[in-house]
Amino acid sequence: MPRSPEPAANAGTGFAAGFAASLLDPGRATPPIVSTTTGGRADRRYAVYRNNVTTSLADALADIFPAVRRLVGDAFFSGMAIAFARAHPPRSRLLFQYGHDFPAFVASFEPARDLPYLADVASIERAWLDAFHAADADPLPPQVLGTIPPDDLPAVVFHPHPALRILRSPYAAFSICTANRDGREPDAPIRGDVAEDTLVTRPGLIVSMRRLPPGTAAFLLALVGGSSFGAAIGTGFADTEEFAPAEAIRIMLNAGAFVAVGASRDRPSE
Amino acid sequence: MTVETTVRRPSRLRFPDRPVAGRAGASFKPEHLPEIDTDPSFHGFFEVHAENYMGAGGPPHAALVAIRQRFPVSLHGVTMSIGGPEPLDRTHLARFATLVDRYEPALVSEHLAWSTHEDVFFSDLLPLPYTRQTLDHVCAHVSQVQDAIGRPILMENPATYVFFPQSTYAETDFIREMAQRTGCGLLLDVNNVFVSATNHGFGALDYLMDFPLDLVGEIHLAGHDEQADDEGRPLLIDTHDRAVADPVWALYDTVIRQCGPIPTLVEWDNDVPDWSVLRDEANAAQRILDLHADRYLLGKRHAAVS
Amino acid sequence: MSTKIALSAAYLAGVVATALTTGAITTGAAQAQEKEKCYGVSMAGKNDCAAGPGTTCAGTSKVDYQGNAWTYVAKGTCTTVSLPENRMGSLEPLQRDLPS
Repeated sequence: MPRSPEPAANAGTGFAAGFAASLLDPGRATPPIVSTTTGGRADRRYAVYRNNVTTSLADALADIFPAVRRLVGDAFFSGMAIAFARAHPPRSRLLFQYGHDFPAFVASFEPARDLPYLADVASIERAWLDAFHAADADPLPPQVLGTIPPDDLPAVVFHPHPALRILRSPYAAFSICTANRDGREPDAPIRGDVAEDTLVTRPGLIVSMRRLPPGTAAFLLALVGGSSFGAAIGTGFADTEEFAPAEAIRIMLNAGAFVAVGASRDRPSE
Repeated sequence: MTVETTVRRPSRLRFPDRPVAGRAGASFKPEHLPEIDTDPSFHGFFEVHAENYMGAGGPPHAALVAIRQRFPVSLHGVTMSIGGPEPLDRTHLARFATLVDRYEPALVSEHLAWSTHEDVFFSDLLPLPYTRQTLDHVCAHVSQVQDAIGRPILMENPATYVFFPQSTYAETDFIREMAQRTGCGLLLDVNNVFVSATNHGFGALDYLMDFPLDLVGEIHLAGHDEQADDEGRPLLIDTHDRAVADPVWALYDTVIRQCGPIPTLVEWDNDVPDWSVLRDEANAAQRILDLHADRYLLGKRHAAVS
Repeated sequence: MSTKIALSAAYLAGVVATALTTGAITTGAAQAQEKEKCYGVSMAGKNDCAAGPGTTCAGTSKVDYQGNAWTYVAKGTCTTVSLPENRMGSLEPLQRDLPS
């Protein structure tokens, strides 16, 4: 039986749907359920909420993606952020989780098509905030690796630190991102079409970002995916013959990329 | 309303028991932490927005631990969406309860507002009509939160910009019945009273006379902006981006004179100034608390003697 | 270099020994000691309970982002990034319609 909601029922439960419908769409009229105490027009009053929603989301994106904002300037970023917020409002009520699909939006945002590295810069910035809020964990003490019997080494697996993020880009995303996040004038010019891989970790309380040498991202991604140590070294070489495994291991230990090493993922031992 | 936390298992006694009675506090901003660390002149409390500490770890928790060691903390939820018709988000409720358990805040509060509908989070405190049905929803939600955290919460009166013609309750009646039915306490935002009174053309003092002041466990003060509505009349915006306005201080003085020293929090969320500016604003509230605390105690003593 | 060599236990042991003895290995845990310096920073993506300023801001305006109507040109530091074909990244208004 089709339901025909009565006005009274609508006042109880339907107000939120009616109020919300126009919040993110400036083309829609002020909801008829709102007015003033004297029964007057409430367009400017309702616009306060509309403005709050849009600008608070755009401001959150500006906070989360400061390098992207600096690269394109405030006006361009604001336009891009508002377009994103209207198309992709948050599903999480924690604003620090907002914008995981912003890099994909940037990649498909036609007005930014001449900045092909921009989406990868956004991905690094999103990873930075993930690492910032990730669970605390002590990194694997480097000497532990030296205590493993050589015959056991090929089969050991590594347990990733909660803050670990690895990002690969065909552009100089690391250099462009880091040059635009610390407030100083970027060293001009940055050659944009150099592929760069980025490692994001947070061994203590400071988020750390490093550019990875060739093959290291493939090696680390294999370890994160559960590959054995031996297989991951192979993956590094398969990625590029320039892969230098000793340096890759030193980087992953220094950066605090992993928390434990063991015979399997199920039973970590340190 | 009292919040008894006398019995604690030893494993939970991780922070000193810092009382908040009679104190004035300020919004906690992590960027102020280095200055707060070296400032011996502040003896108030800090309020944090619960959501900013719902990550798993990292600097936010380190900062909150440091603050909680030295000061009483008020945990202020901003996204529970208690005023909405949809069921509360159980995941969010669980993380809120985890924070209450972990930090043992002196005060816990939420808003008479909603912010999420059909899984979209609007990042604003949105208004609701005051009807029998919305009252039922709000009361069920308040009770659900209180059950989850095992203690009463303080519910804050909103600053609103629109009027719902279908409302059948005055806001003060709605709030009083909500408190009676759920046993919750109230967070009286005096700036919100002034903003809403101006926006809707009622008297702020009339509102306060109708408000169940005996249930107020915390007071908020903040700055507001002035715009104009469609008919050119003043439309005040609850911006939290400047010092508290003089008429709001006057209303606050009236409330404290009447009610005694209720813990008072100065909110400042946009265009956040240096710590010293925010501290001085909180200390201004502290002076009013201290002034009336003396009179209030004397008055009580005289009343008891006579 | 072949995968067969990479998988040998002796080779791996040698690589690990080299990693642990060449250059400085610093444990990340030491970084935890520096916490006083780093947690007093402004948070990104904060939840606030304040209203935004004004009612005439971008949040209330309907801006047409389609095709030629796009008038924003990036004016940030993107001009310091060089790409092949002399593209320096500064943006021009589009000359064609865009899908919505």
